Amino acid sequence: MENRNFTDDQFVIVGCSNADSEKLVRPQTTYWKDAWRRLKQNHLAIAAMVVLLLIILLTIFGPAISGYSYEKMSADMNQTPSMKHWFGTDSLGRDLFARVWIGGRVSIIIGVVGAVITTIIGSIYGSISAFAGGRVDSVMMRIVEIISSIPYLIVVILLSLMLDDSGIGSILLALCLVGWCPTARLVRGQILQLASAEYVTAAKTLGVSNGKIIMRHMIPNTLSVIIVNLTFRIPGYIFSESFLSYVGLGIKTPNTSWGMLAASAQANIFFYPYQLLFPALMIGLTMLSFTLFGDGLRDALDPKLRR
Amino acid sequence: MKKYVIKRIIYMFFVLLIVTTITFFLMHNIPGDPLTALVQKLPEQTKANYYAKYGLDKPVWEQFLLFLKGIFTEGTLGESIRYPGRMVKDMIAKYSVSSGQIGLTAVGVGFLLGIMMGVVSALKRNKLPDKIISVIAIIGVSLPTFVVASVLQYIFTVKIQILPTMGWGEPKHMVLPVICMALSPLATYTRYMRSSVLDVVNQDYITMAEAKGMSFGMIVRRHILRNSILPSLTILGPNIADVFTGSFIIESIFSIPGLGSYYITAVTDRDFPMIIGSTMFYTGIYILSLLIVDILYVIIDPRIRLSESD
Repeated sequence: MENRNFTDDQFVIVGCSNADSEKLVRPQTTYWKDAWRRLKQNHLAIAAMVVLLLIILLTIFGPAISGYSYEKMSADMNQTPSMKHWFGTDSLGRDLFARVWIGGRVSIIIGVVGAVITTIIGSIYGSISAFAGGRVDSVMMRIVEIISSIPYLIVVILLSLMLDDSGIGSILLALCLVGWCPTARLVRGQILQLASAEYVTAAKTLGVSNGKIIMRHMIPNTLSVIIVNLTFRIPGYIFSESFLSYVGLGIKTPNTSWGMLAASAQANIFFYPYQLLFPALMIGLTMLSFTLFGDGLRDALDPKLRR
Repeated sequence: MKKYVIKRIIYMFFVLLIVTTITFFLMHNIPGDPLTALVQKLPEQTKANYYAKYGLDKPVWEQFLLFLKGIFTEGTLGESIRYPGRMVKDMIAKYSVSSGQIGLTAVGVGFLLGIMMGVVSALKRNKLPDKIISVIAIIGVSLPTFVVASVLQYIFTVKIQILPTMGWGEPKHMVLPVICMALSPLATYTRYMRSSVLDVVNQDYITMAEAKGMSFGMIVRRHILRNSILPSLTILGPNIADVFTGSFIIESIFSIPGLGSYYITAVTDRDFPMIIGSTMFYTGIYILSLLIVDILYVIIDPRIRLSESD
């Protein structure tokens, strides 16, 4: 106990001259870089992404490429696909190649914008509900419960009738007014689950401020769930729009969408089956690609869920 | 349990009332009314008489009170305006039978096959059966029913004429519509089942069951199925209702006299009593199926207790 005079030279790192072994040589990977790396390994998801980009590019430039106006009628009625009309023409002699891509614009815009709007509304609603807790939370969730007790398509049908003008805007509004409920539930559940996670408790114990917990833990961990949910919702909206247009409650002529093209082709299916082929193929391909891409994205963003 | 169910049923009526109210006022905000087309060329007085006959001359809230009074005192949903002399109640009762038959058969087939395919797919993970099933499931989720319906109709009318593509009445008329409608539930259940079975097979109690020498079939039935079926059950409720409402298109393509096609007609004709009646019916079915699923939950998984506060 008496020899207490330690000197600095008694404390040297043995076998290592400097602290370089601790230094990070490789650049640090962020969460997003890491997810992108995982996504790249999933060939199916990348293929789906390429198909989606192609479809989107064609909906932008397709009508121009065709050289025909989508609403111009001509005497070449019900022509089978040829060099002149790549996808053939419909019963009014309109070029189907141009129509399919114009219709694709409507379908994809409704799918993407609808999913984005409802996701944003749902996320805000869900997180407010989760953070407020108590009575506010239970009232807010009751409202969601009641709205989701009405069969979705019925509300959409009634709303789209009430809004009447049958443009993209009113269909979107009808789809969005009730579409945010599942997202709100999902986000609320995720936040409540996070709030009781060990690392959040640990952060709280260490005295990290609420704002910082939200920024560092809550948002990044909820974001992946929200993004994945978003990709899965898009095909749903495309389907809802095509359903509405199919039963004649959606987009009105001369404007068109994939659902409407399919509906008008259905009437002629026994004589001109190719008219159904292209819109149906595009709906199927788009929904398929979004589903596959969503699957890949889920695996990439949340390795815990990986199958 | 009993208390919980009673509470839920009361809650159900409450929700139904709210939904009816919302629909009623929404419906009356739709431009146009059921009589516009009918009375167009009639003299003013006849027109007014017509509106008075159906109570459409009164303010909306008064019509709503009369409607509620009709339900509670006489148990009637009113008379169809588009089809005079036919009560909405009877029309729903008549047409929901065919919708129900196709819908429930489709969900049943989709559920059972989906469960089976999901289990096979998970147990044969990354082998050939899994890949084939995954392809079927992906196609099932991404093809809209009306496309499948059109394609099937084309094949069976033009190429091979072994099944009728139109009409209603005999069991063979059900085959094609059921295939179309079962495809999407089938795919959904397969996907849900596959992932939940994969969760379950790694649990300790499965290893335990294997260790004590339980046969493979027994393990699947007793342990795997029972533990992994819950997520699929959760979506069974909404699915039943979706199939009811989603039958709009299938019924019109295959010319089936079902409630779905009458609902669409009622909406385009603005047949108010029929719209509100069918909406109430659909909502009722929807909430009821949610309740049934909640009860099924407890029967299958005793670990879940229906709490009073839920």
